[in-house]
Parts: sequence; structure tokens; C-alpha cells
Amino acid sequence: MAPIELIFKSLGEVALTVLYVLAIVVFIEAILYVLLMRILKLRLAFPIMLLAPAVIGLTILVIYPLLWEARISFTNMSLRAFKDPSFIGLQNYVRVFTEPVLKQVNFLPLLGRTILWTVINVSFHVLGGLVLALLLNRPMRGRALYRALIILPWAIPQIVAVLAWRGEFNFEFGYPNILLTSVGLPPIRWLTAPSWNFIAMLMTNIWLGIPFMSVIILGGLQSISHEYYEAGQIDGASTWQQFRNITLPLLQPVLTPAIILGTIWTFNNFNVPFFINQNELETSDIMVTALFRAAFQYNRYGFSAAFAFVIFFILLGYSVFYLISTGALKGDKE
Amino acid sequence: MTAQTQQSNVSTSKPVRGRKRSFFYGGRQDSSFKRLLIHLALILAVIIAIYPILRVVSVSLRPGDRLLSTDLAIIPPDATLENYRVVLFEKEFLLWVWNSLVITVATAIIGVILAATSAYAFSRYNFPGKGVGLVFLLTTQMIPAAMLMVPLYILAIRAGLVGTYRGLIVAYSVTAVPFSIWILKGYYDTIPIDLEEAAKIDGASELEAFMRILLPLSTPALAIVFLFNFTTAWNEYLFARVILGSNEQLLTWPLGVQRLQAQFTTAWGQFSAASILVTIPTMLLFLWSAKYLISGLTLGGVKG
Repeated sequence: MAPIELIFKSLGEVALTVLYVLAIVVFIEAILYVLLMRILKLRLAFPIMLLAPAVIGLTILVIYPLLWEARISFTNMSLRAFKDPSFIGLQNYVRVFTEPVLKQVNFLPLLGRTILWTVINVSFHVLGGLVLALLLNRPMRGRALYRALIILPWAIPQIVAVLAWRGEFNFEFGYPNILLTSVGLPPIRWLTAPSWNFIAMLMTNIWLGIPFMSVIILGGLQSISHEYYEAGQIDGASTWQQFRNITLPLLQPVLTPAIILGTIWTFNNFNVPFFINQNELETSDIMVTALFRAAFQYNRYGFSAAFAFVIFFILLGYSVFYLISTGALKGDKE
Repeated sequence: MTAQTQQSNVSTSKPVRGRKRSFFYGGRQDSSFKRLLIHLALILAVIIAIYPILRVVSVSLRPGDRLLSTDLAIIPPDATLENYRVVLFEKEFLLWVWNSLVITVATAIIGVILAATSAYAFSRYNFPGKGVGLVFLLTTQMIPAAMLMVPLYILAIRAGLVGTYRGLIVAYSVTAVPFSIWILKGYYDTIPIDLEEAAKIDGASELEAFMRILLPLSTPALAIVFLFNFTTAWNEYLFARVILGSNEQLLTWPLGVQRLQAQFTTAWGQFSAASILVTIPTMLLFLWSAKYLISGLTLGGVKG
């Protein structure tokens, strides 16, 4: 097909989709308007009308699929048994913990590796971000330029950055190995040696994540009034004491959500572990990439569904624990 | 280490209003050695941050016969724009970008409409299930994309939506809604309700109070949410791969660029050129909007 036709075709399909969605929304609102406002005259008619489109959308695209996934997690659904899977009780959940999740790797080592991945990444993000933010928060020549250049890795599309890094970990032509050989060190097998592949993943993700943290922390630092430090100095506080007793506590409202979100994002990061692991080493998989492979390469849908819920409850447990232990939920309960 | 240097230095530097400068906001009073150290540290950080990006530029300028070289120069000696020409006129790059663009704009429009209305209900009304709803919205942020992928893929097969845009647009716009609602609710909460109440006393309906008073006042937050939805969908890979499948005509740019990268030895230059072409507008949009996005993030975060 000629390109121009393709362009019109995609435009047509998109426009039609938007029109469909709008038509459905208008239809639902009309029904609700007549029913709730004119006939029942409910006090809450307007908020219900406001909520309806999002609630319906989330029900169809999030709640229903999740319930459906919960159901197939108790069946043996796979590519072979796609049409009429049979109910097998908790077997999938037992298998998650007892059998290899993919070909070789078991659940516990996978969980351990995912936690290692998350802890190392988030620690480097926060530490690196904090150091850069502290340096960038001081008045100096070229500050705006430094800041603009340092946040660049965050500004480029993640998929581009990850694919570019994947190329750079090539044994012969990637720049890390060229640098190593030029100083007389042996090149590293980034893509085939399991532990080096894991390190390659970490390097990529740390590089990607520090800019975001430093921007967030810098925002927090700039909201701390100088007067606190001046008061601290009058009382003779050392630089470390000022950092420990003024900077850190006042950064906490910014750091707590950033760390919770950062942990969840890192734990759920798909692009980095999936693409840097060019040779599909099972030793480089973290939870979410293993889940993707179990579902879309091994086509074990029932098993993947059970595995997905295990992952979800781990994350939920972590978040609830973190929110309760830091008291971050209190503000919401008011 | 820095702390000690600081301590020994400040005592010799000029005091400000009778006191020494704090590390945390001082700077001009530092010794030149310390300033040099800070500049060196920042220059090192800049090199680490941007060298990999410059490498992409460098590879994109390489001629076809020197694609695989171990040269580290940023501008290769025989630089050429050949890869850009191939990507723009011989590959379907422009079609990929176009596909991404229409999907993304549609997604952002639908997403903003869904979020703007529900956030208003969450901000201004008390209704049964409000607390549960807010917690649910937060919980959805914990769902790994791959988790929702399994049921959505199978349901999309059954609904005949694999290989079409329709499934993708609806999936993108709805999955972005929870986060958008949090941001918008946070923003609406900062606008005094008095304005709307005054309007209602003057005879405006609830709908008019929302549309005429609150929405115009919320333009900055609506822009944030639009941008947030836009960038999320623009850069998304996984859903697109699973839902669009292998339909060549519908590929979005992440899928297309990934195909180029997969032919590493032959198309590294084209991959790099395509990456640069798609990165420049994305980056400009991003840098321009970054401050709004961050204020949106921290607003939602602190409230949550």
C-alpha cells in the first residue's frame, strides 16, 4: 500500500475509536441523566455521572481482567488447553513455589535476585541523586547547564536508551569494552556471562534512574529554608549534623513517596532486564520478565496468572508495610 | 571527607554577617580548591550522563562500511547523513512515528476527559466508597504491566482486538486514569470551593460550576495530565508489542526502532539515526514540561 493510504488508514481507525468512545460516554451519561436526575432526583446524581465513564472503563479494563485472571489462575489454561481449560484448584500456586518458573530458575532464587536488583538500584538512585542534588543546590557558575545535562538520560525515551545500551554491551564494538581494552584490561562478556549480564542491567538502570531522583531531591532541597541552617550554625552544628538533623528530616516528605514509587517502578521494570538480557539468560530474569516469558514464550497462562498474583501480593505487602511503618497513610485518613 | 574540608576551609574564608557559610547553601565563599573539586565531580557526572547519548549520535553518523568500528571519536572522521536518509526515505520510520502520534494524541484526550470528571467527584463530593475508591486507584499503580497483560491479551484475542489500534488506545487511556485522577484531585483540592458555591448561588448548575469555574482554573494541571498520558503512551513498548502483534502497518515507533536494533550488525547506524530523530522532539517536549511534571508528581505524592 502507498504510504499515504496507510496514513489515512491509521488516522481513520484512531478517529473511529475516539468517536466510539465518545458515543458510548454520551449514551451512558444520557441514560444516567434521565434515570438519576429526572426520575430519581438523587442528591449524588452529578458525582455519579462524573464518575461513571472512568468507573466503567476501569471495570472493563482493570477489574474484570484481574478477576478473570484470578479465575484462570485456578485452571490449567495454556496454548494446548485454550478453549476449555479445566479447574485444578491451587495446583498453580503450589507449582509457583515448587517447580521451576521457566526452565531452570525456581521461585525463591528469582525472588532473591529481584530484591537484590531493587535494593541495589534504589540505593544507587537515592545516594547518587542525593549527592548530585546537594552539589547542584549550591550557587555556582554553570549550575543550570550542569543540571540540564545531568537530567538528559531521564529525558530520552527509555526504550531508546535501553536499546542503545544493549548495543553498547556488544563484545567487540561496544564502548565499555573498547575502553577496557584500550587501558590493557581484558574485555568483558556482558551479554553471555551471567553475573556480568546482571551487572550490565544494573549499570543501565542506575544510569537511567539517578537523574529523576536528583531532580526530585533537588526540588525538596530548594524548599528547605536557609534559616534552619543558620540557626543550626549558631548552635554550632557541624556540616554532618546539619545534614543529619536538618536536611534529611526535611527531605523526608519528598523522599518517602519517591522511594516507595522508585522501589515499585524498579521491581516492575521490564525494559531494562528484558532488553539488556539479549541471550535470554534465565539468570538475568527478574520477576516481571520471568512472568512475561512464562506467559508469552511458554504460553502457560494459568500458571502465569497464579505467578502474577504472587508478585502482586509481594508488592502490596511491601507497600502496606512501608506506608504503615512511616505513617504516610495518616494524612489520608483525616 | 567533604565535611572536613568544609570545616577547615570556612574558618579561613570571609564570614557572612558574622557567621560562616553552611555547606548546604553557601558556595561563593568556598576556597577555589573546593570549588574545583565540586566542578570536577559535576563534570564527571555530566560525562557519565551524556557520553552514551553522544555515542548514539556518533554511530548514526557512520558510513555503512565503517559501521562496526572501534573508534571512540564522537564525530567519526568520514561522517555522513546517509543513515538519516535511509531511515527517513527508505524505511517506514515516518509511518511508525505517525502511528505513535495518532495513538498517543487519542489516548491523551480520552485519558484527560475520563480523569478530569472523576477527579472532580473525588475532590468535591462525599459519596459511599470514596475512600475505598482512592485506595483502589493507588493499588492499581502496583500492578506490574506484565500482570495485566496476560488477561488483556487473551480477552483481546477473544474480542478480535489483536492487531488493531482500538484495543491499544482504550487500554492506554484507561490504565493512565488512576494516576491522573490523583494528580487532578490534588490540584482541585487546592482551589477554594467558594468560587463554585458563589456561582451556584448566582444560579449556575453543578455542571456549569464544574465546566465554567473549575476547569478553566485547572488548565495547568490538565496540561500536566495530558503530557503525562502523552509521554507514557508515546514511549510504551510492551502493550504495543502484545496487542498490535506483528501487524507491519500498525507498528509504533518503539516497535519499529526495536526491529532495527535487532539487526545490530547491519542496521546499527539506522537504529541510531532513528533513535536520534525520535529522541529530539521527545526530549524537547520533556525538558519543556519537566518542571510541570515534577510539580504534578510531588503534589500527588505528598497527598498520597
